[in-house]
Amino acid sequence: MTPQDRKYIVIAFVVLAALLYTARLFYVQVVEDKYKLSASNQAFYYRTDYPPRGAIYDRNGKLLVSNQVAYDLMVVPREMDGCDTIGLCKILNLTMDEFKSRLVRLSGGLEEAERDYRSHIFETQMLPELNARLQEKMYKFNGFYVQSRTIRTYDFPVAAHLLGYVGEVNQALVDTTPYYKSGDYIGKSGIERGYEEFLRGTKGVQILMRDVHNNIKGSYMDGKYDTAAIKGKDLVCTLDAELQLYGEQLMQNKIGGICAIEPQTGEILALITSPTYDPNLFVGRDFSKNYAQLLKDTIGRPLFNRALMSSYPPGSTFKLMNALVGLQEGVLTPATRYPCAGGFPPLGGKPKCHAHPSPTDLYGSIATSCNSYYSYVFKSILDNRKYDSHRDAYAAWREYVNSFGVGVNIGTDLPFEKKGNVPSIEYYDKVFGKNRWYPITLAGAGLGIGQAELGVTPVQMCNIICCIANRGYYHTPHCIKEIEGDSTFVQKWSVKHYTKVTKTSAYDDVIEGMFRVMTGGTGRSVQIPGIEMCGKTGTAQNPHGDDHSVFVLFAPKNDPKIAIAVLVENAGFGATYAAPIASLMTELYLTGKVERKDMETRMLETDLIHKNAGAKQNLKPQHQ
Amino acid sequence: MREKSERLFYNVDWLLIVIFLLLVIMGWFNIYSAVYDEQKSDIFNFSRLESKQLIFVIVSIVLAFSILVIDASFFTATAFFFYAGIILLNLIVAFAGTDIRGSRSWFKMGGFSLQPAEFAKWATALALAKFLSGLNRPTVKNSLPIALAIIAVPVFIIILLQRETGVALVFSALVMVLYREGLVAGWILLIGLISVLAMVVGIKYHEVIWIIAGIAAAIAIIRILLLRKKTFLQILFSFIAVVYLSGIMFVSAKVIEKMPEHQTGRIKVWLGLEVDRATEDRFGYNTKQSLIAIGSGGFAGKGYLDGTQTKFRFVPEQETDFIFCTVGEEWGFIGSTIVVLLYTMLIVRLILRSERQRSDFTRIYGYAVASIFLFHLLVNVGMTIGILPVIGIPLPFFSYGGSSLISFTILLFIFVKLDSQRLLILR
Repeated sequence: MTPQDRKYIVIAFVVLAALLYTARLFYVQVVEDKYKLSASNQAFYYRTDYPPRGAIYDRNGKLLVSNQVAYDLMVVPREMDGCDTIGLCKILNLTMDEFKSRLVRLSGGLEEAERDYRSHIFETQMLPELNARLQEKMYKFNGFYVQSRTIRTYDFPVAAHLLGYVGEVNQALVDTTPYYKSGDYIGKSGIERGYEEFLRGTKGVQILMRDVHNNIKGSYMDGKYDTAAIKGKDLVCTLDAELQLYGEQLMQNKIGGICAIEPQTGEILALITSPTYDPNLFVGRDFSKNYAQLLKDTIGRPLFNRALMSSYPPGSTFKLMNALVGLQEGVLTPATRYPCAGGFPPLGGKPKCHAHPSPTDLYGSIATSCNSYYSYVFKSILDNRKYDSHRDAYAAWREYVNSFGVGVNIGTDLPFEKKGNVPSIEYYDKVFGKNRWYPITLAGAGLGIGQAELGVTPVQMCNIICCIANRGYYHTPHCIKEIEGDSTFVQKWSVKHYTKVTKTSAYDDVIEGMFRVMTGGTGRSVQIPGIEMCGKTGTAQNPHGDDHSVFVLFAPKNDPKIAIAVLVENAGFGATYAAPIASLMTELYLTGKVERKDMETRMLETDLIHKNAGAKQNLKPQHQ
Repeated sequence: MREKSERLFYNVDWLLIVIFLLLVIMGWFNIYSAVYDEQKSDIFNFSRLESKQLIFVIVSIVLAFSILVIDASFFTATAFFFYAGIILLNLIVAFAGTDIRGSRSWFKMGGFSLQPAEFAKWATALALAKFLSGLNRPTVKNSLPIALAIIAVPVFIIILLQRETGVALVFSALVMVLYREGLVAGWILLIGLISVLAMVVGIKYHEVIWIIAGIAAAIAIIRILLLRKKTFLQILFSFIAVVYLSGIMFVSAKVIEKMPEHQTGRIKVWLGLEVDRATEDRFGYNTKQSLIAIGSGGFAGKGYLDGTQTKFRFVPEQETDFIFCTVGEEWGFIGSTIVVLLYTMLIVRLILRSERQRSDFTRIYGYAVASIFLFHLLVNVGMTIGILPVIGIPLPFFSYGGSSLISFTILLFIFVKLDSQRLLILR
């Protein structure tokens, strides 16, 4: 090959190299996607616009839950070079060790923090005052920035359990739900949780460009791909805030639950759990501290929503249920009389009863709350010849009870509702042995009088009264009646759930009995002058101490506006505490004011929590 | 005839000039984008790079025309003087220059600085052309030592005294000239290429060199056994080949550890060898960011001034050595390919024009120019797209910097001038 021919080799080399480079460019730029992804991760900063959560109003338009501005201190650990950490610790009231351990928690280690370019919440929900102090020196705190958020505020701080609270979303949900990102807020309980998807609104995204130093360099494509945040929907809840507040006041220093429902609609007028807490405690930086503090009270358990979740023996109030079933099945008529000898005669006076005229008819049995009578009624229900066996009869009875929403999930719009307990046949087979239990066994156990293993939540208790007041049906108890911009929502609650007790006369008879409770029976002391009321006392024995004081009522008799169930734990007779509280709340709701100031004062001043504690303290010296 | 030849553009190769102008103009707009900052942009603010570069562009174009005015014989006559002068300048800068990160190759004067090493490229090309063209054909083959010395002197000054390894490596491109002129045989280049491959293999698979050497030996033995006529020479040849390649692998695996840290780091990262995090961060970062920038450009690019990776400074040295990232990001595959194509056309055109010369001087010089452009193109673009390790040399006409722009202009336009007088025989 002459040197002249070598030009071909040289040119071939040049052309081949150019082709190789073009091929490589094609691969890097057109075929491979990972570089594009890396580029957008590095250069784009997706800033979330957090919408304010929807507000919550009570049934009369009173604002219960609204928003206030708070500030999250965000940190990008990698950008912290030259940050005045000592100054920052001083403002945040942290020690250097706490500061470091937070960084470690956020980034997974100090070394990792140096490479971590993600944003984390360093300090959450700072109030404006702290933010202002921080802003003065913000220029010294490299790597930190402040993001404003809206948090809850309660101008009328009632119904903490019902409203629920908002907190930072947990990691498990972040991993499984695309909507939530680390650091987002979410409704944790109550309405906030049940109506999260309406309240939260829609987050907006602003696509910003940032340089290698994480400085924001403006909006991408002039905001063409940005989306605006959409405010959460406002809700109107069914609560009557005044009634709720009044009930909470009456229940102060007592443990228990109250549920008040408008029978014609199923709207929950008040849902009280005592002891309760100020919902404002669960807002802001001190959330964890306050939460831990409330968690410490293991007797009062203020975080526990008794009205919705605590299953109590219904006691004598459950006699209404048995009366209804008996009347429906035809084993009981208003004229039926049973004897009482200070107890249930067939079992030698067990369950026991108190002194009252005997024998009574149906109305008298309700008015005087005769235990013997309802043990007979329950026995007769199970002895019913209509059924092949008492097992079948029991199953039928159980279905009756279930149809009132007891022992099943009633389907409220609140999370964590409990279904109570109506023992199953299998359960009794296990306890007594198969075919080793008889009607008399269960009557003796107390199923006739609302004892034994029966468990009913205050909401369910109230729902039974709604069924009676409505003479045969209930609307699912609920606490939200309107959602902003959703006109069809209201229909959700219009369904009437009919019970299996279908004879209107059965209800009329029971109502007459309940009416007599108020006029001449166990509830006569809490009768509101001028209002026809129907009530029933209950004194629920329980394994935890003194009897629970229970009272249920609805009023007015012929046009029920309110049904209410009150349970005060370990307070003794139903007539003593539960009845006055139920009566006072009914008076306030129906008349708008309370005339019976003596009763009111007595209830407000009663302190059952510290009485018990005091009693225990007094016990000690006696032993010595 | 004489009047005609004195006209500025008489007989010039317009294609070369057009490519030159295209590259320079594209280059400037590209720098404008690389340093673009919405708030601060102002081309009349001369503290800003795009404004300075605009001055360099104007100076370069003026210089280009000035060269066309000069008679071609001027360059043949003064080739050695230029060479000696530039070598001297490089020596001076090595002792009196400004220290920049351990290298000493820059004169700083006010806001501008000058790198004489850039000028050594065309000076060396001229000297090489002058020397080789002055010889009679038969003696050319024996002139290799002197030719290599002409190339080696600036290389040693630049590497050892100025510590600018990247710039010095460019001179290795002149081997292409020696090849074309018959001073270096093809098989020597082939051995060189194989040796480089052996080096890379030795460094990359340093843990299993014994196995590779063993396999090579086994192949050699099998090959010999399969030969019908086993001559001693063939056995000796196979033996030497195996020993030589194994030796290169062992030596390069050892030498890599003894090299300056930044070179070791770059090479290891390039070969994908396991390195600690700090090394990865220091030496892998540039390439990684460069690939992200170019890769994110996609087929059609993000659009002029709309690049995010380069504009927001994710890519280090993006206006100088990594300027090709801006091309790749904003103009995409189409733009990158056009730029590579323009360079390829420039280089091929230079070779073709060189071959048409009556004058050996012009041909040799033309090859030198082509080889220098080729080296810059392949090494610079190769490093930005991860084909080659990071070696800090500029992309001609694109990278920011007056010294390189002016130097490349001189390099190219001396050829354009020489070529325009191709009917004369210059010595």
